Amino acid sequence: MKPKTQRLTLALLAVAAIIAAALLALSALKDQAAYFYTPSDAAKAHLQPGAAVRLGGMVEQGSLKHLPDGVTINFIVTDGAESVPVRFKGIVPALFREGSGMVADGRFDASGQFLADTILAKHDERYMPPQLAGTMHKSKSLKSDR
Amino acid sequence: MIAEAGLAALWLGAALCALQLLASALAVRGQAELAAIIRPIAVAQAALTALAFSLLIWLFVRVDLSVLLVAQNDHSEKPLLYRFAATWGNHEGSMLMWVTILGVAGAAVALFERKLETRTLFATLGGQAAIALGFYAFLLFASNPFARLDPAPVEGQGLNPLLQDPGLAFHPPTLYLGYVGLSVAFSFAIGALVTRDVGPAFARAMRPWVLAAWIFLTIGITAGSYWAYYELGWGGWWFWDPVENASLMPWLAATALLHSVTVLATRDGLRAWTVMLAVVAFSMSMIGTFLVRSGILTSVHAFAVDPRRGSFLLALLFIYIGSALALFGARVGTVREGSRFDLVSREAGLVANNLLLTAILGVVLVGTLYPLILEAIGVKISIGPPYFNAAAGAPALLLVAIMAAGPLLRWRRDDFRAVLRRVAPAAIVALIALAAVKIFAPTISLLSLLGIALAAGLALASLAPLWKRNLARTPLFTWGMVVAHLGVAVSLAGMACDSSFTAEKLVAARVGETIAVGPYQVRFAAVEPTFGANWQALQATLEARRGGGDALLLQPQARAYWAPPTETSETAIHTALDGQLYTVLGKQVGDGRWQLRLWWKPFVTLIWAGGALIAIGGALALVGRLRRGRPRRQEAWI
Repeated sequence: MKPKTQRLTLALLAVAAIIAAALLALSALKDQAAYFYTPSDAAKAHLQPGAAVRLGGMVEQGSLKHLPDGVTINFIVTDGAESVPVRFKGIVPALFREGSGMVADGRFDASGQFLADTILAKHDERYMPPQLAGTMHKSKSLKSDR
Repeated sequence: MIAEAGLAALWLGAALCALQLLASALAVRGQAELAAIIRPIAVAQAALTALAFSLLIWLFVRVDLSVLLVAQNDHSEKPLLYRFAATWGNHEGSMLMWVTILGVAGAAVALFERKLETRTLFATLGGQAAIALGFYAFLLFASNPFARLDPAPVEGQGLNPLLQDPGLAFHPPTLYLGYVGLSVAFSFAIGALVTRDVGPAFARAMRPWVLAAWIFLTIGITAGSYWAYYELGWGGWWFWDPVENASLMPWLAATALLHSVTVLATRDGLRAWTVMLAVVAFSMSMIGTFLVRSGILTSVHAFAVDPRRGSFLLALLFIYIGSALALFGARVGTVREGSRFDLVSREAGLVANNLLLTAILGVVLVGTLYPLILEAIGVKISIGPPYFNAAAGAPALLLVAIMAAGPLLRWRRDDFRAVLRRVAPAAIVALIALAAVKIFAPTISLLSLLGIALAAGLALASLAPLWKRNLARTPLFTWGMVVAHLGVAVSLAGMACDSSFTAEKLVAARVGETIAVGPYQVRFAAVEPTFGANWQALQATLEARRGGGDALLLQPQARAYWAPPTETSETAIHTALDGQLYTVLGKQVGDGRWQLRLWWKPFVTLIWAGGALIAIGGALALVGRLRRGRPRRQEAWI
């Protein structure tokens, strides 16, 4: 193979690889990126049931209910204006409690309930999920503990 | 006094660093008057940073609460190891460690680098000084670790309990050695561009430094993954968290660099590309540091909340990456074309390796930065495992296939059919594994199925370079390559087994109940309170039986620390030859039952065993390279 052709082949291969990687990344991004919603955003957005969503807000006082199996909980997440019922099966993080902030990854079902796969709470007293910190600044009705 | 001495040492170090930069610049331009002092300055500067860092450790160990940083992060009731480790378990201390390692790496180059042409060496030390100067400025102007607190409090605020773990004592230093070690490769590239010295000799000089940094990165990532696995109690070992990605990206770039530098050293190919990769690798280190330390991500790693620090780090990032790329752009024309090679050759295999690693790097970079960029314009989005597994999985598996074939190719030119014959045994083993797994586990996911098959093929192929060789006379760096590639196969097998064959039980149980998970019968024997130096806990006692064997005791805890007040869950893990039993104690339910989460994870330990093998392979190669300065061509495997 002539040197020039060889360089060209290599360059073309490189370009093809980069384009393939970019397409792969884009298609994965389109399907898999979870947008962050507060309950107010979620109420406005009319989300598709089943779409990956990240939901953040405060756990409403008095809303936490344990189901008889002992490992499933129902509770309500609120941002002061709107609220969303959430169901979660698993062990909640140590700092998950009523009146505290949390972020959940999951999806809405057809009835409008949020099914959480994972729940993040404050890691420690100094921790607040970054997306939630922004929300807290916006809605003054909630007190932030910082 | 001690704090002031530390600060003085830092200022002196910064001044010496500026002098090092100036002297190097003059020496490169041909004014040799100051050249003689460059090496001693590099060493003295390293000694000063090491002194400052030792003084800070001393302050932490003695719990000197009149120092702000100590008061914020230390506590007199903490065990000695954690008072020691708390030195770098915070923003300022970890940045001081960064600068210290940067200084020490520069001194090591000044003391031990003998292969590099003198002018290039001076330019390299100048580059190292230029990097260090920016981080000195960051320390002195935006994150002074020695700031005083007046009046001193009676007690410190303590360290995040998640960080109170023996792993913390070692994980950040190893990772930093890797991050900052790549600065040497960066400085080498800058030096060679400045003096127009990009060639095989330069590559042979740079290779041990890249290897060393890469070994530390491998160890740091492996250890960090195991830490997350047992400390977080979520049963996972990689979460595609931005902080994890921040360490993975430099590793991907360094892995690519490690392979391209070999092409440059042995075959004089890929000149411009290798220099580019050296720049990219350290850029990834700096991006990682920025992500982790700027406070832009909130995690157990993010200490800084002062937005000025974030902007400062971002500015440093732009200056260094920007000027390196500008230099590259200006000088790439002077880099002569290297020697040629055929499309079927070892070089071509390594080019494919580099392309795929770069593609994976790009995918991870996009997934990590895209949410942050979107957030700046007000859109909040989170990108998690589904994206990364889908987008990085395919190129990673392809890379494994290439990795199996690559070492079986000859340099420069090879015959395609002969290659097929050499690869055939591994391909057959992979196909047999594929069929066997598909028959015994028909529901397995495609990614895991391919993972196991490729791991089997790669394991065999990675040993092939030893075939029919005199093992005693096989050079150490060949052994290194074999062991590292075998490590990838082992790790991949562990990942695939864990993601497809894990059994999980999540129950609320009463004391006395027995739960079946995987091959184990686990009896929930008791829950009792217990306590440690700075925590109290509830501890479950679980008796696990397998077949008719003796009961194993596992005691997971739900801990409450009081400085700072935090609750954590301590997992209890039993390691068997064929996997791990992983147990977590949850909360008490209203009716008195306890939440328990049990996993049986077959062969999960292979993931970290593979990581260790990769690091050991790197170490063998490094020793081999250092022992033999000039390898003969035909034995130049890495």
